[in-house]
Amino acid sequence: MTNLENAQMDMLAGKVKMTQQSVNTAMNPSDALDRPIRLTARDVTVHYGAKQALHGISIDIPDRAVTSFIGPSGCGKSTFLRCINRMNDTIEGAKVGGTIKLDGEDVYDPNLDVVELRARIGMVFQKPNPFPKSIYENVAYGPRIHGLARNKADLDEIVISSLRKAGLFEEVKDRLGEAGTGLSGGQQQRLCIARAIAVGPEVILMDEPCSALDPIATAIIEELIDELRENYTIVIVTHSMQQAARVSQKTAFFHLGNLIEEGVTEDIFTNPVNKQTQDYIMGRIG
Amino acid sequence: MTDLLGTGRKAANERTQLVRAGLRRRHRNEQAFRILGIVAICCALGFVALLFTDVLRKGIPAFHQATLHLDVTYDPTLLNVDPVPERTAGQSDADFNAARLAWQRSVAMLNWNKVVEAALRTVTPAGLEIDSRQLLTIPETNARHVIREAFVANPNLLGRTRSFDLLASANVDNWVKGNIDRELGDAQQQMPAQARALVDGWVADGTITQDFAWGLFTNVDSRAAPASAGLAGAFMGSLYMMLVVIVLAVPIGVASAIYLEEFAPKSRLTDLIEVNINNLAAVPSIVFGLLGAAVFINFFHLPRSAPLVGGLVLTLMTLPTIIIATRAALQGVSPALRQAALGLGASKTQMVFHHVLPVTFPSILTATIIGVAQALGETAPLLLIGMNAFVASVPGSIVDQATALPVQIFLWQGNENRNFFEARTSAAIMVLLGLMILLNAVAIFLRTRLERRA
Ligand SMILES: Nc1ncnc2c1ncn2[C@@H]1O[C@H](COP(=O)(O)OP(=O)(O)OP(=O)(O)O)[C@@H](O)[C@H]1O
Ligand SMILES: [Mg+2]
Repeated sequence: MTNLENAQMDMLAGKVKMTQQSVNTAMNPSDALDRPIRLTARDVTVHYGAKQALHGISIDIPDRAVTSFIGPSGCGKSTFLRCINRMNDTIEGAKVGGTIKLDGEDVYDPNLDVVELRARIGMVFQKPNPFPKSIYENVAYGPRIHGLARNKADLDEIVISSLRKAGLFEEVKDRLGEAGTGLSGGQQQRLCIARAIAVGPEVILMDEPCSALDPIATAIIEELIDELRENYTIVIVTHSMQQAARVSQKTAFFHLGNLIEEGVTEDIFTNPVNKQTQDYIMGRIG
Repeated sequence: MTDLLGTGRKAANERTQLVRAGLRRRHRNEQAFRILGIVAICCALGFVALLFTDVLRKGIPAFHQATLHLDVTYDPTLLNVDPVPERTAGQSDADFNAARLAWQRSVAMLNWNKVVEAALRTVTPAGLEIDSRQLLTIPETNARHVIREAFVANPNLLGRTRSFDLLASANVDNWVKGNIDRELGDAQQQMPAQARALVDGWVADGTITQDFAWGLFTNVDSRAAPASAGLAGAFMGSLYMMLVVIVLAVPIGVASAIYLEEFAPKSRLTDLIEVNINNLAAVPSIVFGLLGAAVFINFFHLPRSAPLVGGLVLTLMTLPTIIIATRAALQGVSPALRQAALGLGASKTQMVFHHVLPVTFPSILTATIIGVAQALGETAPLLLIGMNAFVASVPGSIVDQATALPVQIFLWQGNENRNFFEARTSAAIMVLLGLMILLNAVAIFLRTRLERRA
């Protein structure tokens, strides 16, 4: 609790000073880059109409690890994240170039069904957005549309274990029939995570999942992300450098639509190569 | 002048003074705006109240109508009629039916006015001289049909007496209700002096009372017997038209809105369609009537004056309203909900039908009901497709001739028997308004229920 409060104080003060010690509180980061590569992006560009938002991003995302994207507001983190599960398709005027491969398969292959892709790559949004339906229905919806449960018992099991994995089950087990929108912000976000997990994705994309939450809820979600790392490939966008340091094994720094630097989280925070990365981490840009 | 953004105590005090000086004006503006709003609302309410009191004041008397309570004797000396044919052994169906029809025709040929007159004479005071023509102006002209129909239904009445509640004529009704100045001279009165005296006597002894006018709801329009004119035909006509509108406009409108909003690619063509739909909503309704006459009647040769054609015209008129309202409702759905569904791998159709529509359903429903209510009150286009024709029967289907409630109001409003039909018109307006309020109440009820459930 006091640690948490300290962290909060730091954040409030806007002074992000990464000390060796705070990085070490994260799990041992040294194994991050030994992992097999799950996602590869090469020369990804995005145009919104005439405006170019991403200028050729190339990055590898390791399996069963947390990769975090950091960078000042408007630098294209969300845009890149949305390329991975093709959510940019739904934005009018957005044009994506380059290639992104999931296990060697081109995500933008015209023969690939985006519905299937999104079943494999789940997404958690910045603002908790549960469906205006019951807690149960929120989690059951994905498995139901993808036909993952043969019967009601299967579905119940998926719902309960997803809620368990999201660390929400104990809090809501007596009110699965109540509206998901009636939960607190942090609970709603965990519900959204449970909803994403229920489809059994291989990759989970999270766009600032804690930005609408208080420090306690944030701590719970961070812990959850850390547990999920065992089974899922996670990509997270965050504005909090402590968060990036705490939860991720790999970090990528974006600036003005370019990928400036990427590497093992510890390295990025302790001795960044690039001057811009240094400035950002020291709180001089953004 | 000190530094505008100074942080010293003095500068802060000065700023407070400035804020305070402006404060009074701001509060005054706020007050003025509030008063303006209240005045506007009062004006609006005042006019609504005026309208309602006027309609109610004029319309309520029409729900009661002067009614004659008469004992009618089926006197065999007046009714020279054969006994009703019985079926004889070995007679074929056709022969029997022909015999019955012949009998009915002979019954219709009898002078039933004599029976009515005889019944009236039984309650006429002995001293009062009144000729039969004048006497027969007191009951409505349909009295003899009522009495005859009762006899056809039950031929055993011959030689017996039965009591009837017969409508008094429109003139009698006016006289009884005091709509006619009693001081006017004979030349200006609509009823002769003896008849007036007789009616006054009957009102005093209870032969004429003001009874609830069921006929207003159960009868069709009538010109020969204005006192018996009712709304049943127009009501059914309106009902059939609403049916056509609901069956056609609602699915087509909602489906087009969903397609345009959710699926159609954004192109020059869809922009053009959108502009045109918005413009269609502003086209005067009478133009839709012209279109309906040209397309449905002249080209497709659908029957004139039929609720089918009326319903089609009203459908065309209502479609833009429903499409625009539905699109507005769809646009109002938060992008977060759409993203949530798509992010889980829902297809576009699943997103629309599982998430967007359930959320917008209450608004779509309300918009639809308001569109239908608007169609219910529409008159002008119906005049152009012949729905102002005089129809003296209740339509049995959507292709029968019919009129509609607002058209009936229009027709009664123009009736030359002003004294009598002014009240009828207001009563019809009350029925129409009642239907509208009912429709809107249903909309509000469904909306709150669905919203609570969501
Ligand atoms: N739907 C859109 N249409 C047009 N331009 C967009 C759209 N979304 C993002 N952009 C532009 O693309 C650039 C990158 O935006 P993006 O949302 O990816 O930034 P971000 O790094 O996620 O910022 P933040 O940290 O504030 O969320 C910005 O300049 C933004 O203005
Ligand atoms: Mg973003």
